[in-house]
Amino acid sequence: MRVALFVTCINDTLYPRTGRAVVTLLERLGVEVGFPAAQSCCGQPQFNTGYRHATEPLALRYARAFRDYEYVVVPSGSCAAMVRDNYPRLGEKAAAEGRGGALAEAAAEAVPKTYELTEFLVDVLRVTDVGAYYPHAVTYHPTCHGLRMLGLGDRPRALLSHVKGLELRELEGAQECCGFGGTFAVKNPAVSAAMGADKTRHIRETGAAAVCTVDNSCLMHIGGMLSRQGSTVRPVHIAEILAGTEGDVL
Amino acid sequence: MSVTDLGMPAFPAAAARATRDTRLRANLRHATHTIRDKRARAVGELADWAELRAAGRAIKDRTLRHLDHYLERLEEAVTAAGGRVHWAADAAEANRIVTRLVRATGEREVVKVKSMATQEIGLNEALAEAGISAYETDLAELIVQLGKDRPSHILVPAIHRNRSEIRDIFRSEMGDWGRPAPEGLTDRPGDLAEAARLHLREKFLRAKVGISGANFMVAETGTLVVVESEGNGRMCLTLPETLISVVGIEKVVPTWQDLEVFLQLLPRSSTAERMNPYTSMWTGTTDGDGPRTFHLVLLDNGRTDTLADTVGRQALRCIRCSACLNVCPVYERAGGHAYGSAYPGPIGAILTPQLRGTASELDASLPYASSLCGACYEVCPVAIDIPEVLVHLRERVVEGGRVTRRGVRTVIRPAKGHAAERAAMRAAAFAFDRPGVLRAGQRLAARTRRLHPRRLPGPGRAWTDTRDLPPVEAESFRDWWQRTRGGERGSGQEGAK
Ligand code: SF4
Repeated sequence: MRVALFVTCINDTLYPRTGRAVVTLLERLGVEVGFPAAQSCCGQPQFNTGYRHATEPLALRYARAFRDYEYVVVPSGSCAAMVRDNYPRLGEKAAAEGRGGALAEAAAEAVPKTYELTEFLVDVLRVTDVGAYYPHAVTYHPTCHGLRMLGLGDRPRALLSHVKGLELRELEGAQECCGFGGTFAVKNPAVSAAMGADKTRHIRETGAAAVCTVDNSCLMHIGGMLSRQGSTVRPVHIAEILAGTEGDVL
Repeated sequence: MSVTDLGMPAFPAAAARATRDTRLRANLRHATHTIRDKRARAVGELADWAELRAAGRAIKDRTLRHLDHYLERLEEAVTAAGGRVHWAADAAEANRIVTRLVRATGEREVVKVKSMATQEIGLNEALAEAGISAYETDLAELIVQLGKDRPSHILVPAIHRNRSEIRDIFRSEMGDWGRPAPEGLTDRPGDLAEAARLHLREKFLRAKVGISGANFMVAETGTLVVVESEGNGRMCLTLPETLISVVGIEKVVPTWQDLEVFLQLLPRSSTAERMNPYTSMWTGTTDGDGPRTFHLVLLDNGRTDTLADTVGRQALRCIRCSACLNVCPVYERAGGHAYGSAYPGPIGAILTPQLRGTASELDASLPYASSLCGACYEVCPVAIDIPEVLVHLRERVVEGGRVTRRGVRTVIRPAKGHAAERAAMRAAAFAFDRPGVLRAGQRLAARTRRLHPRRLPGPGRAWTDTRDLPPVEAESFRDWWQRTRGGERGSGQEGAK
């Protein structure tokens, strides 16, 4: 099984520990992980802000970078959704504009091999107990793209429920958006902050020590607000929880 | 007077004001959460909801593909049943037609059934200019009209008002429009409804002209359909001598069998009822029963242009149930007025920039009035992929491109004010397509990380006003991998290019 990590640009730059956690986790499960250096950004920020054409070279790059792999594991729900939902659209539109089939081919190649981390664990490796240890109360926020675009369903919770020592706390209004939304956070800052205020209030009310998601971009917003509020609730990516074992010092 | 003439601020500014209005936010939160939970229960009762939704979508798509055909069939059927059909290319033409028709009756006042199309074209204002008073008879529309206000929700236009505000409006305004509010009016819902009933009954009994929209038009028989809860619509549709219905051309369905699907989808999605209390259907005119004269004004006003756009046309499937508003986290905080048109919420954010174009600052800001969370798409009974259309329209705003305007294919330029963003996005894409450049940037950021300010100046303030920035770690993932593994598979060979 040839498995590559698509770490994503945000994780690469701002949350490298998430990428390291994925490597630790997959290697512990007996998976050999590759990291093609030609990878970059999926193009989501450009695409979702309306810059479709600027996205195209990044989609081509993605397909090229992972050509030699059967599986691409992405520790980000929204980046995985970008590839799966929007790369085909790039292809369709380019073809309709008479610019050939290269993008459509890239999409056809990239889409079936791209898996969000929890999908890869549950659907491909068929594990829900990854032997993790995390002795804290945690609340889980299902991010919108993971929930509604990828349809992750129970997968993240199934994985978390098998983590030793972890106590999962229910989050009120869990399915409501946290207010990040990429450039939405700066284009409509007041509404974004109002949404984030409600989300962080619900998170604090759980009394959990950490809030967990499958996406660091949402956590950047949630964590940034919690930190500004002086809260001690820690934002943590699910990979970092799943990577920990009893041998580690957390 | 159209809404754009009012110099409405762009969405972010109007929405920001709304977020500071604590009473508005509490009203909206309470109302939208109540109705969204009820909807979920009503929809959950039907085991075949997914199939119904797929059927609704398919019927609308097929009808839109052959819209010209079904509209002609509708016209024939309406005419054969004694009605008259008028075609209006835009709002101004529709208003002219309706004004002329009302004038021809010699009347100076009309009663109105709640109608989105007449709000879209600003009919009440056009009639007022011609010296004709239009009385809204839907309870919530009455509240809005008496309060000299604008509707802020498709289904519950006065959702931004609470009971005591409504009592105050009734007390101070009803007298100017007709029968005043009873002495000592309280804010009990029953008392408020009774006050409205007494006030409106006078108008129903006096009115010679009724104006309505329609939820559906059945092409095979020329039948129009209005669904409602209060019965005021039934009054307006049956008591006056002349009935004028203004309906968007996308409201046609081919057959009664098709209608059956939508009469299941609509009530559960909008009021969370299995069936709405009043469903009125009429076919032309009938001797000795209901209006003597019936006019149908078919409104285009940007619809055929919207139909020409392969991605955007799905917005024309909308049956105005308002489920997307009730689940939208942005609508819940921004309120309906910020959207600056008759169509607030997610549907407004995709419909208005198509019907009106993206030339004004407000209209160009609407496609960005969303975090793309997808809750709207999930509940939409005709499966309109609202996030997809939003992103499609964002492209139109920032890159311009080919659109159809008044039936003519043209190329529009990007909206103003996006030059800096465009440059930044292209620069980012340039760097991301060159991992060497990206890596140099990462290393620079890591080296200078102790110098990063906690609050950013300029546009970055929009982030740091309410959020801290994440600290930059000393080593990017890429560098860590290189240092510890040395190559793509940890065997020393570097990845391609
Ligand atoms: S877009 Fe869909 S959910 Fe929204 S009002 Fe229209 S039909 Fe209802």
